[in-house]
Amino acid sequence: MNSVILSTATRFLTPLILIISIFVLLRGHNEPGGGFIGGLLGAIAFALIEKARGVAEARRAMRFDPLSIAGFGLACCLFGGLWGAAVYGDFLRGVWPLYDEYGLPVGSILLFDIGVYLAVVGTVCAILFSLEDAGHDVAGRED
Amino acid sequence: MLLVWPIAIPLFTAILCLLAFRSFEAQRVLNLAGSLALLAASVVLVARVLDEGPIAAQMGSWPAPFGITLVADILSAAMVLITGIIAVACAIYGLAEVSRTDERSGHHALTQALLGGVCGAFVTGDIFNMYVWFEVMLIASFGLLVVSGGKAALDGAVKYVGLNLIATLAFLAGVGLLYGASGTLNMADLHLTLQGRHDETAVYAAAALLMFAFGTKAAMFPAFFWLPAAYHTPSVTTSALFSALLTKVGVYALIRVFTLVFDTTEPAIQNTLLYGAALTMVVGVLGAAAQMHVRRILSFHIISQIGYMILGLAIYTPLGLVGAIFYLFHHIIVKANLFLIAGVIRKSTGSEDLYVIGGLWKRKPWLGVLFLIPALSLAGIPPLSGFWAKLLIIIASLEEERYFIAFVAVAVGLLTVFSMIKIWMEAFWKAHPAGDDAAATPAPALLYIPIISLAAMTVFIGLYAAPFVDAALESADQVLNPQAYIAAVTAASEAAAEALDLGPQEAIPTLVEPIEAPTVPEEQLNGLEAEGEAE
Repeated sequence: MNSVILSTATRFLTPLILIISIFVLLRGHNEPGGGFIGGLLGAIAFALIEKARGVAEARRAMRFDPLSIAGFGLACCLFGGLWGAAVYGDFLRGVWPLYDEYGLPVGSILLFDIGVYLAVVGTVCAILFSLEDAGHDVAGRED
Repeated sequence: MLLVWPIAIPLFTAILCLLAFRSFEAQRVLNLAGSLALLAASVVLVARVLDEGPIAAQMGSWPAPFGITLVADILSAAMVLITGIIAVACAIYGLAEVSRTDERSGHHALTQALLGGVCGAFVTGDIFNMYVWFEVMLIASFGLLVVSGGKAALDGAVKYVGLNLIATLAFLAGVGLLYGASGTLNMADLHLTLQGRHDETAVYAAAALLMFAFGTKAAMFPAFFWLPAAYHTPSVTTSALFSALLTKVGVYALIRVFTLVFDTTEPAIQNTLLYGAALTMVVGVLGAAAQMHVRRILSFHIISQIGYMILGLAIYTPLGLVGAIFYLFHHIIVKANLFLIAGVIRKSTGSEDLYVIGGLWKRKPWLGVLFLIPALSLAGIPPLSGFWAKLLIIIASLEEERYFIAFVAVAVGLLTVFSMIKIWMEAFWKAHPAGDDAAATPAPALLYIPIISLAAMTVFIGLYAAPFVDAALESADQVLNPQAYIAAVTAASEAAAEALDLGPQEAIPTLVEPIEAPTVPEEQLNGLEAEGEAE
């Protein structure tokens, strides 16, 4: 697709959507939201780049391979679970190292949620990009 | 923590494989190491469960029924063990078989994710959590089906995913109904809550939906056609893994849920399972008779064998369940082995189409012997493991005076021999159409290691069946009398409540606010009474 309007709008929309996606991720702590929905929103930001300026540009905007991001996200989830196992001996038990002193709800649960966020962004983008690649391959063969 | 390892090890390996996506060598080593670690963890789990009875743990120390319970009795632990065995066999076989294209598309990571999903479904004690593991399994297996690409693979994958998504939806709807009817998702708690409520409409409807869902996953009649469409398209390693584990998770779920949650002695449930099982056996074996492609024949045979296992559950006597559990264990080993041998046949002769191959007996007699062991075991020839499995099921149906069903089971066994003889005659006995030298392409020695090991297990279980039958007896007893299972969950839950400093009594009230029934204001009530009096 080659649209000046979409391409220009993407410049403004992408950061906005990414900020909202992180807001939704953090809001998910006690209210509707969370890693999965936030991750889907984040994937939309990259999908928008992909639609406006092509797969190559979207891959560049992500900086890392989408599957690596997904893998890193899953690793965050697993360590979020193992953290509780290391401190209390219970897999997935919530650990809040900064809560008592500073009142910050930051800990293993947030790590888990960030992991979900990254896993969803990575997986959805990986699927989207390879579908786009496959579509180009088929179109190329037909020519 | 012991219960977490069978899930955490494969998932951790999958993550490492994803992060090491640039190096095929590293991924292969990781896949093999992860599978070996899973096998080691499962051996420890089985030893512990055989020693102490069912064990349970609450995730994150949230007490049941709110937190997720992981629980293993002998059946679960044995299924995790067999998953470990198959994982190692397929990892070794895959070293010499999986293509570069598959590896580039993430074969190793997806395989480990699939194993994580399978083990999760085996050890979870929470029916919604089981749904989640089914999803993990479905996504990973879909990925494995399409990585090799090609039109046939995509065609099979679409049928597979289409039907399985419908099944998953039914699963979720059933779970929703159950939750609405009972207010709990923990299977031990469901057992207690649903006592004496098995004739309620919601419970019946949930049973029907879950039976459809698990039946589809297990490739039970009539929702079996996704299986032969999909299983012969991916790499042999992948189809061996699928043939061994995927349908068996469906059978496991049927056994677990239709003993613990629902009452299978209800005539509607029992008859559906019984006749569904008989039809599954017959349709599968007849479908196989019409095929001339090695892996397609074997795929149809999975369906007919699934029938035997479900039959064991449907008879619903201790002996029937012993048969079903023994059959599960035996079938996974034998069927995976036959698929692995199909891969060697393909490597040796260049095809799996029985019309265009042959001459293997002259060039590779040892392969012939290795084929005959699982093939005859599948057909139920003594003294191999399949004989005992079939014998247990048939005796169990005769004891219940289900003569027609017993007859069907025997007849299907005979027809199985027919299909195995067909592969034997066409691939091994007859001369290769292009001269026997065309059947002599050497296959890597690595391929034979898992084949020989699995064949040895089949023979061992056949000759030394008593301890396995004893374990199956104890397991069937645990499944039919789930007091120990429930006691384990209760103990884990109480320990969790203590760890959270809630105390066993206040554990439940502080977690959910009791919902008060809406009350009708008094004036209105008085008004209604006044109206009644006036009439």
